[in-house]
Amino acid sequence: MESSISIRDLDLRFGSVEVLQGLNLDIGVGEFLVLLGSSGCGKSTLLNCIAGLLDVSDGQIHIGGKNVTWAEPSERGIGMVFQSYALYPQMTVEGNLSFGLKNAKMSKAEISQRVARAAEILQIEPLLKRKPAALSGGQRQRVAIGRALVRDAEVFLFDEPLSNLDAKLRADLRVEIKKLHSRLGNTMVYVTHDQVEAMTLADRIAIMKGGQIMQLASPNEIYNRPKNLYVAEFIGSPSMNFIHGELKGGDFVADGLSIPMTGYEFADSSEKEGKAIIGLRPEHIATGDNLASAVSRTKAKVSLVEPMGSDTIIYASVGSHPIHIRMDGQATVKPGDEVEIGFQPARANLFDPSTENRL
Amino acid sequence: MTEQANRLLDGPRGPKPKRVFSRRNIFLYGTLLMVTIYYAIPLYVMIVTSLKGLPEIRLGNIFSPPMEVTFEPWTKAWGEACTGLNCNGLSSYFWNSIKITVPSVIASIIIASVNGYALANWRFKGANLFFGILIFGAFIPYQVMLYPIVIMLRELGLYGDLSGLIIVHTIFGMPILTLLFRNYFTSLPEELFKAARVDGAGFWGIYFRVLLPMSLPIFTVAVILQVTGIWNDFLFGVVYTGPEAYPMTVALNNIVNTTQGVTEYNVNMAATILTALVPLVIYFVSGKLFVRGIAAGAVKG
Amino acid sequence: MSADRPNQLFRNMNAKVAAIPMIVTALFVFVGGTAWTIVYSFTKSGLLPRMKWVGLDQYERLWGTKRWLIAIENLAIYGLCMLVLVFVIGFILAALIDQKIRFENTIRTVILYPYAMSFVVTGLVWQWILNPEFGIQNIVRGIGWESFTFDPLYTPEIAIFGVLIAGLWQGSGLVMVLMLAGLRGIDHEVWKAARIDGIPAWKTYIFIVIPMMRPVFITTLVLVVTGIVKVFDLIVAQTGGGPGIATEVPAKYVYDMMFRNNNLGQGFAASTMMLVTVALIVIPWAILEFGGKRSND
Repeated sequence: MESSISIRDLDLRFGSVEVLQGLNLDIGVGEFLVLLGSSGCGKSTLLNCIAGLLDVSDGQIHIGGKNVTWAEPSERGIGMVFQSYALYPQMTVEGNLSFGLKNAKMSKAEISQRVARAAEILQIEPLLKRKPAALSGGQRQRVAIGRALVRDAEVFLFDEPLSNLDAKLRADLRVEIKKLHSRLGNTMVYVTHDQVEAMTLADRIAIMKGGQIMQLASPNEIYNRPKNLYVAEFIGSPSMNFIHGELKGGDFVADGLSIPMTGYEFADSSEKEGKAIIGLRPEHIATGDNLASAVSRTKAKVSLVEPMGSDTIIYASVGSHPIHIRMDGQATVKPGDEVEIGFQPARANLFDPSTENRL
Repeated sequence: MTEQANRLLDGPRGPKPKRVFSRRNIFLYGTLLMVTIYYAIPLYVMIVTSLKGLPEIRLGNIFSPPMEVTFEPWTKAWGEACTGLNCNGLSSYFWNSIKITVPSVIASIIIASVNGYALANWRFKGANLFFGILIFGAFIPYQVMLYPIVIMLRELGLYGDLSGLIIVHTIFGMPILTLLFRNYFTSLPEELFKAARVDGAGFWGIYFRVLLPMSLPIFTVAVILQVTGIWNDFLFGVVYTGPEAYPMTVALNNIVNTTQGVTEYNVNMAATILTALVPLVIYFVSGKLFVRGIAAGAVKG
Repeated sequence: MSADRPNQLFRNMNAKVAAIPMIVTALFVFVGGTAWTIVYSFTKSGLLPRMKWVGLDQYERLWGTKRWLIAIENLAIYGLCMLVLVFVIGFILAALIDQKIRFENTIRTVILYPYAMSFVVTGLVWQWILNPEFGIQNIVRGIGWESFTFDPLYTPEIAIFGVLIAGLWQGSGLVMVLMLAGLRGIDHEVWKAARIDGIPAWKTYIFIVIPMMRPVFITTLVLVVTGIVKVFDLIVAQTGGGPGIATEVPAKYVYDMMFRNNNLGQGFAASTMMLVTVALIVIPWAILEFGGKRSND
């Protein structure tokens, strides 16, 4: 795969604080990469380094095959969209779109052609003569995207672009960004703390923590085969159930619970023994009609029920272990009931408690 | 693939090299250094002049440091300098300024804080109208109100007296201080006020037991603003007090700009520093709070 | 039940009592005092206010007085130069200090300290520095430039610029602080967006940042202008209005007429003119600032 962006051994320090440490990352041409993590994990910092808005402490950044480590942001062939939109408030939408181009001494005809194209793609033609203050949040973010669009950049950088919008608009614009990507086909790097955005938009997700990438993989891989405990816990809502126990002769054994692990793919295809943590997604614990597909079954005592319409979350205990289970929205369960549940070893996750890595 | 990997390792790496003596840095720090010197020079000149003897001043350079340091000008400025009428120095006027500043600051802050609290939390009919007039009043040139106040003070028998001047300072401190306190109390969470009411606290109970303890910073800002403002006042001092009750600024002007006798530049500068000392100390000690006081003057209602 | 309902007048009684000083000040001093002065500016008051109507006589005399005309001219020169320079200097200093420099606190402290000192002190210091016998002129001559002349305070034509130097020194720190606060209030991402767009810093300041700081500029403008109109102590201390009447200003004219020349009517008329000047600036500002807001809500 040809790289659009390559990051080599990137370090960034503010004084004695290490924000990014020895980071390596290759982003393919036309790829949609999402940098996901909680606040302070370094994802925005990394994006700002790629953009050239922050000077790196060590390492290299290449964009489009060129070493841009020392290049100015405007020379890197990037467009960027910010959380606060960062529109120039005293200029019209048209002025916002064309200001950078005018400054680069581009011909009037070329400018108006580019502005018209961007406005057409983003459907903001009727807004061109308005000022940002007269636009809604969603419209402002479209203009901000347009400002990146007119630059005809190879790479688009998004810094939490939807975080200031309400839920409904966020979902709409998310779809539009996805359409934009398939239409333009350029490389996009997208920073967010919202896992739904990450899962829906990304070709690959990089989950970051403490200035390092914990896992870089497709959304599917990240959801189904998290590389370590952190990733497993971070992705999925409600989050994964974890039970501490032991692997004994191919079975996972914990207080009042024993699950045969037949069908589980171990990391290096060799079975393990000893202490382990099993991770079970609430939606992978079978109940009712799905029990047929489950390998091992047991009873759980329900303590709390949260009906949410589309599905129902029940909080229950198996032996001494509290677990939560996602059931069908129409399930009729009351606190105090006993329900039969089943496990599917192939969809479970095992982790080493000492290294926290996937077994 | 390896070829590409090798190529990637070439070229710039790490932080963009920056020269400490780049053209930008030389321009930036050079300009700032010159500006800083320009602003600092008058204070420096005041100090060195006040430490020189008269013969040395006549000889030379106002910027040169004193060859022989003498504190005589300071003692003279404090105790013997002539204001045109008498030659008792600045000391009695210093105490006048204290006697004016302390009660004015206390009175204006009490009135304005209670008033700002009433405006912020106990809105009543007409409150905003009066507040609007008050704020507009801050922009009216004082000269327009000078004489009517003379008449009012004369009617009260306070014209030419320290207490008259204290009333004037309290009045003219009101717009800015009321604005300051009103804005501060408005910025506090309203739930706090509601919770106190539910707990049965009344107007004064809430003021003293809930708001006062959490408003120390804003009171400090108000004190800084008022002390420097009142201490530095000249116009009200010269209009509303008689020669015996003059504040320090008026006396200083009389000492320096008196035309009789030999001009003692060193004594003049010592007197000038003495007069500037109180606000300067407040300024250097309070730092950020002083800036906040200034910004408060610029806040929009 | 309705009998228990308290009288409207006594609702919020404590708050109303607390507001009495404000109400009295607003009505009697600010409104009453101003109205009184305006009314008496149409009378023949001399040593004491006298309710003898003379129409516009005082104003005719005022505008026929050379001293008043000089005062107005000085105020215009001083005001215009002060306004332009204080903004240019204040903004440039703020922009320089905003470059993530070292020693920011020290530099800011030094630039702002003159603002903590009174106009009297300011005037006296600069009177001393500009003294031709000992000050700058003497030093430059001492270096060897014998014919160097710089004695604004003793040259009527340029005396007002001597005052201007002192005024700028005292007041530019204030503008710098306000502008710096304004600059720091600008969204960082706007700066980032401009860098991505490849816009040079100076262009970003002129076309993006300064337009965004409009509210700060307007507020500062109002503060500076009202300060300029009030200028009085600085003149009294630095030049005493001299040489001759070369540095007279309206505020000093009012004071002299009222308290030295026993010519109250002239004082009232002159102060009313000052009020008109301020009103011409403050009222449009207030309408822009507060009138507009209401219609937006």
